Amino acid sequence: MNILVLLRMVPDVVEELEIAPGGKALDADLLRMMLSESDGHALEEALLLKERYGGVVTVLALDAPEVDDALFTALAKGADRAVKISDAGENPTTLEAAYTFAGWIAGQPDLAYADVILTGVQAIDDLDGLLAPLVAHQMRLPYLGIVTRLAVDVPGRVATAIKEYPGGVRGEFDVDLPAVFGIQAAEKPPRYVPVAKVRAAMKSRQIESVPAPTLAEAGPSLVNVVAMEKPQPAEWAAMLEGSPEQVSGKVCEILAGTGLL
Amino acid sequence: MGHPILAPVESETCQLTLENLSRFPEGSELLSCIQCGACAGTCPYGDVMDYPPRRMIAMMRAGLLEKVFASDSLLSCVACYACMAKCPRGIRLTEVLLPLMKEQTLTHLPELPAELQRALQSTLRYGNPMGEPSRKRAAWVKTAGVPIRILAEDPRPADVLWFVECYTSFYPRGQDNSRATARIFHALGIDFAILGNEEKCAGECGRLTWEPGLFETLMDYNMAVFQKYRFHRVVTSCPHAHNAFKNRYPALGFNWGLDHTTPFLAGYLAQLKPLLRRKLSYAVTYHDSCCLGRQNEFYDPPRLLLQTIPGVKLVEMVHNRVNSICCGGGGGGMWLDTYFKAKGYERLSERRVKEAVATGADVLAVSCPYEVPRFEDALKVLGHDKKMIVRDVTELLAESMEGNP
Amino acid sequence: MSGNVWVFAEQWRGRISEITYEALALGKELAGALQVPLEAILLGHNVLPLAGTLGKADTVLAGEHPALAELVPGLYAEALAALVEERAPCAVLIPLTNISLGMGTLLAARLHLPSVNFCQDVRAAAAGIEARCVLYGGKIESRVTAAGTPAIFGIWSGARSPEAGRSDRAPSVEEVRVTVPDDTRVRLKRYIEPEAGDVDITRQEVLVAVGRGIQSPENLALAEDLARSLGGAVCASRPVIDQGWLPLSRQVGKSGLTVKPKLYVALGISGAPEHVEGMRDSSLIVAVNSDPRAPIFGVAHYGIVGDVLEVLPALTAAIEARKEAHSHA
Repeated sequence: MNILVLLRMVPDVVEELEIAPGGKALDADLLRMMLSESDGHALEEALLLKERYGGVVTVLALDAPEVDDALFTALAKGADRAVKISDAGENPTTLEAAYTFAGWIAGQPDLAYADVILTGVQAIDDLDGLLAPLVAHQMRLPYLGIVTRLAVDVPGRVATAIKEYPGGVRGEFDVDLPAVFGIQAAEKPPRYVPVAKVRAAMKSRQIESVPAPTLAEAGPSLVNVVAMEKPQPAEWAAMLEGSPEQVSGKVCEILAGTGLL
Repeated sequence: MGHPILAPVESETCQLTLENLSRFPEGSELLSCIQCGACAGTCPYGDVMDYPPRRMIAMMRAGLLEKVFASDSLLSCVACYACMAKCPRGIRLTEVLLPLMKEQTLTHLPELPAELQRALQSTLRYGNPMGEPSRKRAAWVKTAGVPIRILAEDPRPADVLWFVECYTSFYPRGQDNSRATARIFHALGIDFAILGNEEKCAGECGRLTWEPGLFETLMDYNMAVFQKYRFHRVVTSCPHAHNAFKNRYPALGFNWGLDHTTPFLAGYLAQLKPLLRRKLSYAVTYHDSCCLGRQNEFYDPPRLLLQTIPGVKLVEMVHNRVNSICCGGGGGGMWLDTYFKAKGYERLSERRVKEAVATGADVLAVSCPYEVPRFEDALKVLGHDKKMIVRDVTELLAESMEGNP
Repeated sequence: MSGNVWVFAEQWRGRISEITYEALALGKELAGALQVPLEAILLGHNVLPLAGTLGKADTVLAGEHPALAELVPGLYAEALAALVEERAPCAVLIPLTNISLGMGTLLAARLHLPSVNFCQDVRAAAAGIEARCVLYGGKIESRVTAAGTPAIFGIWSGARSPEAGRSDRAPSVEEVRVTVPDDTRVRLKRYIEPEAGDVDITRQEVLVAVGRGIQSPENLALAEDLARSLGGAVCASRPVIDQGWLPLSRQVGKSGLTVKPKLYVALGISGAPEHVEGMRDSSLIVAVNSDPRAPIFGVAHYGIVGDVLEVLPALTAAIEARKEAHSHA
């Protein structure tokens, strides 16, 4: 079974984000990039599938700061092959990333029939769409998102996927392969890999660096950022005063105002 | 006093591993084990371990190590140095055998406890186990009330490079310790500077928590930062960092003077004395941290400092000095509370706090940044938080300095 | 700008999702500013009876098709695409929920339309329609315009109050013909109902968290009452778990789980960093503590200084009263 995992680097929001002069983008000089959280779960699910059914796990990423660390970590965890698409443009939008991923996959005879394509259900910077459905659309493949578990009937070329709904309800789907899945959470938390193993992978393994495909379809972005701003953080809670009944009434108004009641 | 520094083990050509252990002097010591069981008897979790140190050595000699690795009970080793301190043969269990065994255990675990995994990943990425932003490491400096030089901003040579460490940079009660230290250094006229946001965890708990790769990464990083600046000695607030700088960093060229804040300040007793004007009418009991006490035998300096504070009455717990009971935070225990709890183990911090309360003291004085949150939490859980407070020795010194011009 | 404003009326298992009403409230404002009608698009199988709940829209366009019985994003996107091409709305507002996630993206991709995600606001501006989007986990807000119509806007929960999107008015209902491709590559086999075991607090939208201020295990019932009123679950900081008053699976913080609910009510929790680490990304935090300087107030959005045991029952009563009033409204 060929399992392909699409990985994206996103800004690390633990570190303070700053807006670049001009006010339309993050200040790249101050950004630290990290693997998108749900992509880490997609990788874990891929490794679990490989352990269960055998196969080859290929991780594919666009070049970005710190992406080599993420790819070597994936190799140390058990991925078989790591591919990095260079010169895919700085800070590609999700739509552009999807075109690049799909375009590159289409040009690979050995990957064109990837049985399962996994990526995170969504990333914190998915302003113009979600990656999994965009790649599915480009490749004319079926898509299912919010997936938390996969089982595969390899000869039958069907995956059974568990999708999460609100209220703890889950749906069990059969999906004909090949297909693209947006992974919400792997069956178990992403595994830990000792740093020594990552350091060893950096010495002994290779990341294949490949040029970006020539894209026919990518046009100008359809979504334009006019301005970015930081919501003013509340340094201290707004204090509600009065008797228990009075403050309770105020809380009710706040909850109703935010749609929680 | 103390032990010779270990042979360099980081070089790839002569890495100390379990397989080649006996080729090294540290390993061949194991052969001298007389199976007396003092280690197992003194181990705070010896009763819950499948294979306490004595049995571990026996299994190793019998070639049954895989069985030891298959058990996760070594997770409960809190690197307290008690077994090592009690070994009649002087076998350096905590320094050599246990880390190697733990490293193997890690690779055998089906799943790392989530809390520990998060701490290790955060330490790698942000340089601190709490996952706080690395760029806010020096944010506390603004609240110190005295000037603190950050070398990246002002790289002139300094006498003392103060290595602040993680809990003392980020944890609010740890920052109290840092503010106190800064005020004392300032009052003593010490020429000091800090690394600020360039500093990352020294990594000692990485090593003792199964993660030599993480430790090496942090060592490489911190050594490169040290080498950018000029200073005479490193003084650190964290006994674990002190341990790492003393025993491991020299292999990478660490050759500066080294001290922990508490013994360092004890060296300034004469100058401190006139500054300590405010009377603190506390009965104080002092907890010997494992790294500072058993590992470095700094038993008297903290006590000397406490007794210099006017009004302080020092009382001792039943277990003190070499017999001190670990707070449970070392060797990764800091991030295994949930795991211990799930296993039904008693929390060592609670065991320790019960002894402290029994002395009737008002204050539990400590010298390790791990201990403040651990003991404050234990006091809360046991309902003793009205009876007793926890203070770092530096906090008490600074409190007694208050009101000075 | 020509074309009507559309809201996709998301229904699942016979119910319209709450965010649909938020989107209707938002859509109504937008349609008003653009002086065009607001239309709700209701697709599915046997869904006509639900049209009456969508009175905020001027018209409900209802499309019935057996193949739309379950919300498979690809099929719904195709059905919607045909309608969009035929009727040319100026904007399509789609609730972002687990139910239909991905459908809006597929619709936009299919028709080469701009798609804007994570919208908290959508309004008419000089340059067309401008959305305010919450990015980077809430750390940044972007104002965004779309080039081309109709633009597809994914509406994030919290954009408006769902109350503002309800109406007693009966909308006019127009049944529309829908075409659905013969594509059975994604098939729902069954729903799995939540097990009766302990709740997974990481998946709750509302959490009522208790700390030492709750004082005794008997008082937990008060917190359970509030959680029930809010449709959430009870969790706790470590001292409470250590006491054995709640199972480990309910622990929030460094030693426990990390949660990001929409509402986190912190009761008698001082806000030690170990706890805050596990809940600081909650969307709305309301804290009650007797200590006015408790650090929890440094992360909470709203704070109440008071005795938890007094505030708790009052709060539950106030919420129940409000719910009661609305069910009769």
